[in-house]
Order: sequence, then structure tokens, then C-alpha cells
Amino acid sequence: MPTLFDKVWDAHVVTSVPGGAQVLYIDRHLIHEVTSPQAFNGLRQRGIPLLRRDRIVATADHNVPTKDQDKPIAEPLSRKQVNMLTENCAEFGVELYGLGHPYQGIVHVIGPELGITRPGITMVCGDSHTSTHGAFGAIAFGIGTSQVEQVMATQCVLMEKPRKMRINIEGELQAGVTAKDLILYVIAQLGTGGGTGHFVEYAGSAIRNLSMEGRMTVCNMSIEMGARGGLIAPDQTTFDYLEGREFSPRGADWDEAVAHWRTLPTDADATFDTEYTYRAEDIPPMITYGTNPGMGMGVTDTIPEASALHGAASMEKAMNYMDLEIGQHMEGMPIDYVFIGSCTNSRIEDLRLAGSLVQGKRVAANVTGIVVPGSQQVAKQAIAEGLDRVFEAAGFEFRGAGCSACLGMNEDKVPAGRYCVSTSNRNFEGRQGPGARTILASPLTAAAAAVAGKIVDVRDI
Amino acid sequence: MTPFKQLTSTAVPLPIEDVDTDQIIPARFLKATTREGFGENLFRDWRYDKLNQPKPDFVLNNPAYAGDILIAGANFGCGSSREHAAWAIQDYGFRVVVSSYFADIFKGNALNNGLLPVTVSPAVLDEALRTIEQDSGARFTVNLEAQTFTNEVTGTVTEFEIDEYKKTCLLNGYDDIDFLLSQREKIESFERQRLDFSL
Ligand code: SF4
Repeated sequence: MPTLFDKVWDAHVVTSVPGGAQVLYIDRHLIHEVTSPQAFNGLRQRGIPLLRRDRIVATADHNVPTKDQDKPIAEPLSRKQVNMLTENCAEFGVELYGLGHPYQGIVHVIGPELGITRPGITMVCGDSHTSTHGAFGAIAFGIGTSQVEQVMATQCVLMEKPRKMRINIEGELQAGVTAKDLILYVIAQLGTGGGTGHFVEYAGSAIRNLSMEGRMTVCNMSIEMGARGGLIAPDQTTFDYLEGREFSPRGADWDEAVAHWRTLPTDADATFDTEYTYRAEDIPPMITYGTNPGMGMGVTDTIPEASALHGAASMEKAMNYMDLEIGQHMEGMPIDYVFIGSCTNSRIEDLRLAGSLVQGKRVAANVTGIVVPGSQQVAKQAIAEGLDRVFEAAGFEFRGAGCSACLGMNEDKVPAGRYCVSTSNRNFEGRQGPGARTILASPLTAAAAAVAGKIVDVRDI
Repeated sequence: MTPFKQLTSTAVPLPIEDVDTDQIIPARFLKATTREGFGENLFRDWRYDKLNQPKPDFVLNNPAYAGDILIAGANFGCGSSREHAAWAIQDYGFRVVVSSYFADIFKGNALNNGLLPVTVSPAVLDEALRTIEQDSGARFTVNLEAQTFTNEVTGTVTEFEIDEYKKTCLLNGYDDIDFLLSQREKIESFERQRLDFSL
């Protein structure tokens, strides 16, 4: 009666350590420029080689500019970090999809699209949104730099098996409601610490009906409720997405792999440490009002009073920062920026969704809008479909691939005091730049806000 | 890693819930390629204003508060996996962070760097914060061997949990990597029985 999580975890335990921790074998290791330099330095200082360099793939995403990507990076520290990744990968023999490579992009976008991600494997990256890859039925989680070094040296991490949670979403989502709204809704119910210590399996008919892109959006934000990771049982949708991808198995290997993947879903009589069930029909288009992703509400709701999830001090601090008030409606509120991108919502389906809304319309005069595809491949596909022209004709800037305004590390930032409706995953103070005020939303809601110049309910459009 | 056994110190109170890693160390300061120097930018945007002047109302800028222990609200360290958050706290000079609970990745990162996360009940946390409010010179003792956190003013002694293996590592200053390297034979034999298509 094991769960999907048990089956994958237990198959990767090399050995157990007295006290509870286990040595977990890692099949795939993704790295990027920000959290890897100290790990490579550590290996060098200890004189240790990589154990399996063919299990590591590197890309540059956090620090890369999204304009003029063919020119050297202007900002010296960013340039140094990206160059160091190039040098480290060359020295240690790691495959690098760096700036200018047709496979470059946000690490959590390129893994799945290249077929590096697949069901039943373990995956890590020095990045908390590694949870994204769980959408394929993989155990995927973010690690710190010390662990990056450990995986480089031994292909293993030492970790206690997390507890198991299942979140069921049953029924059909309303028109205008997306996977992003679904996960923002769940986080608003459980709070930013609701998943601490757990791996979450998402199940139920509304999850099964999601595309792979939608499932990735859901699993991506598992970390926003404090969970170690999220995962979804592989099914025909998963197999159809993976078949024929660059690194997907082929021929007899493919058949054998699919047969194995079909054995992975949670057994009918399996139990979880914690379980929640929600009705898809209850989920409205969501926005956030505060400074953590748990501070979310339906787009037509009023900002709630302090509660057990968000104490009075937290609410006051958030309201001060956001310059909003408890009891206030946000619908109709003018906004300044719209960012469509990030590892949560920068895949082709997200761009199609946003594009379908802005087609033939204009971004409001008070709004600066940027669309940042998650990878070079997404950009290429979008251009092939004419989406770049749809966005540009509407007055959006269509940029090159990268993390962009998701984190205020590269050139793309939101100025202090400005409101940005963002399809990213974190509305922390200063996340999009010092003083920036972030309102998280789906690509549809963000596109609608760009056109209207204010927060609107997409169901009215 | 520096071993940790026991310390008695005054503490710095940060009674804020959900302190995320973007507050601990904002992304724009993650461009360094070594582990040192992050303490300078610890809580950067709470600590300094736009003109880089210290904000007098932030606790780290208040000379009344100092010490090796940071006492913070629930869900400390949520957000990203950046180990830079643990490095910054440690580089600034803290050896212990006390909270009623920690985000998982932060906790792991702290332990991997010899920064001890001590989880106490909300009641014990509240009492500690109230004690400091009344007397900024109040002292606390953290004893890793005994797994106790003591409020030296009220005399409250509370036990905290820590994984046995992690405790041994911290007491002796061992890194996980040394242990994992010692498991090499088991790892390689595990690899040999893996199925081809999972590779
Ligand atoms: S897009 Fe944002 S959340 Fe995703 S990896 Fe990049 S910085 Fe992190």
C-alpha cells in the first residue's frame, strides 16, 4: 500500500543512518550560476572529482539579462558569476546550456522540455522551485549549496524521509480559473507553513484534467506552503508530453519505461499523514494582497482581517508595505507593471493563454508590461506561433529567456512603491526589487490587468 | 565546520513571523562566488534605507541588543533554498537561531554550516521574547549535548529536538560530505543495480 512518493523514495535509498536519516541516490542534478560556485570551490579545495558528471546539466538563468542576450553581460558581478559557471563546467566536464545556447532557459523550464525530467526519478537543484519537476511523478526538491557539493561528490543527499500529504481537488475549474489560481487558493487555505516537513501529492479529477504545464505550475508553488516538494501521478498526459523529447527514452526503452511508470501511482489503500480535499468549483481567480504567497484571496474579495494564519503584526506589516488596508477591495485598483514569466508561468501554454487575452487589445497607458519566455525553446515556439507579435502589437515587450523580474537580481526590476501584477511565485518584500509591491496572479489575470490598467476579474471579460 | 557544544549569551529579538530568505539576504547580494562577507547585507532592506543609512528602528541597529542568539517568529527562513541566508546570519555573528518552527530547507542549510536552529514551543518563544523586552541584557543558554534551551531570567528549561546524526556532526564539526564519501562502495553497488532507462 505504498504511495507514489514511497515507491520513488524507497527505490532510491542507498542505506539508512542511525537516527533516521537516509542516503538518497539522486538521478539528476540541475545547476545554475548562483548556488553552484561555492560548491565547485569546495570540491576543488578538497580535491574531489564529480562522481557522475553525465547526471548534471547546467544553465544560466538568474543573472542573465533578457535584452541583448548576444552581448556580454553589462553588470560586472553578474557577468563574473555567469562566467564562473562556464569555467567550472569546462573544468569539471559538465554539460552547459549557457547564454546563447538554443536550450538555455530557467532551469525548471528546460528540464521538462528536454525530457531530462521524467517519472520515478530523484532530482535536485540548488533552487527551491525544483519542486516543479514533481509534476512528472519524480521526487524533486531544492537543496542548499553544501548539498549541491555533496551531490556532485557522491550523487547522494542525506535526508530524513519527509511526511506525506495529499491534497485532492475534485470537480471542474470555472472558466477563467487556471492551475495558478488553484495553487494560490490552496496556499491561502493552508498558509506558508502548512506543508512544512511534507511532500505533497496532488490528486483528484481537477488535477488529472490539468495539462503538464498546469501541473508544473501547481507543483512549482509547493514550496510556497512550506512543503519540501509536490508530485502528481504520471498518466497518459505525462507520457504524451515526454514522448519524443530530446532526452526521452526511445524505442524499446520507451516502452519499458512507460510500463514501469504505470506502476508508480499511489495504491488505492495507501494512507497519508495529512490529507485535504477542496472543490474545484469553489476556486475563483486569485490575487495576493500581502507579502507572502499565503496572503491570497479571490479577485473580488476584500482584504481579510488578521487570522490564525496571518497574525495582527504580520498583517499590519504587510499592509504598510503594500500600502493597502484591511477590508479594502482590490478589484479596480490601478497597477503599474505586469510581468508574465518565471518558472511558474513562462511555458508556451502560459504565453498562449495570456496572448489569447491581449490579442487585438492594447496595454493601458499607465502600465509597463513585459513577457519573458522561460526558455529559448519556448521563445522560439512563441515566435513560430506569432505570439511575440501579438504581445508587441499590444504594447508588451517580448524578451529573451531568463528569471527576469521574478527576483530582482538581474536588470529587470520593479521600482520602489510600484504595483506589479506578476505571474511569478513570491510576493515577498523587495522580491522584484527594493520597495516593489507584488501582486501574484495567473497569466490570464495578469494579461487582463495589463489591458485594463487595473485589477479586474477575468470572468467579466 | 566549527563544532558547537554550548553557549550562554544575550539575544537579539526579531518577533516577526514568516521571515523569508529574501529578507535575510536579498537576491541582488547573491552574486558573490565565495561563502564570506554576506553578514554585511544581512536583513539589508530592513537594516538600511535607500541612501544606505541605518534605520534606527531596526533591531540590529539598536545598540541595546546584541549576542550570539537570534530569536525570531514562526516559520523562519521560508522561501528560497539560498544557503547564503545561513551564511549571512553566521557571518554576522549569530551561532543559534531560536524559533517556534523553521522552513525545512533553511533548517538543513543552517545545520550544514554549524548554525544551530533551535525549535521551541510558541509559549517558550513568547516567554523568551517578553523576557528580552523587559531586559535587553537577559541571557539564554543553549546546550546541544543536553538538547536544552534555558531562559536564565525565568529559569525555564526546555528540551529541543535534533536528529541524532546531525547532533553528532555539530558536536564534532563533521560535514555530511565526509560521511557520504565514506559510503562510496554502497553508492556504487546501488548504481549497478539501477535500471537502464532510469539513468
Ligand atoms: S524564475 Fe524565479 S522562482 Fe523560478 S528559478 Fe528563477 S528566480 Fe527562482
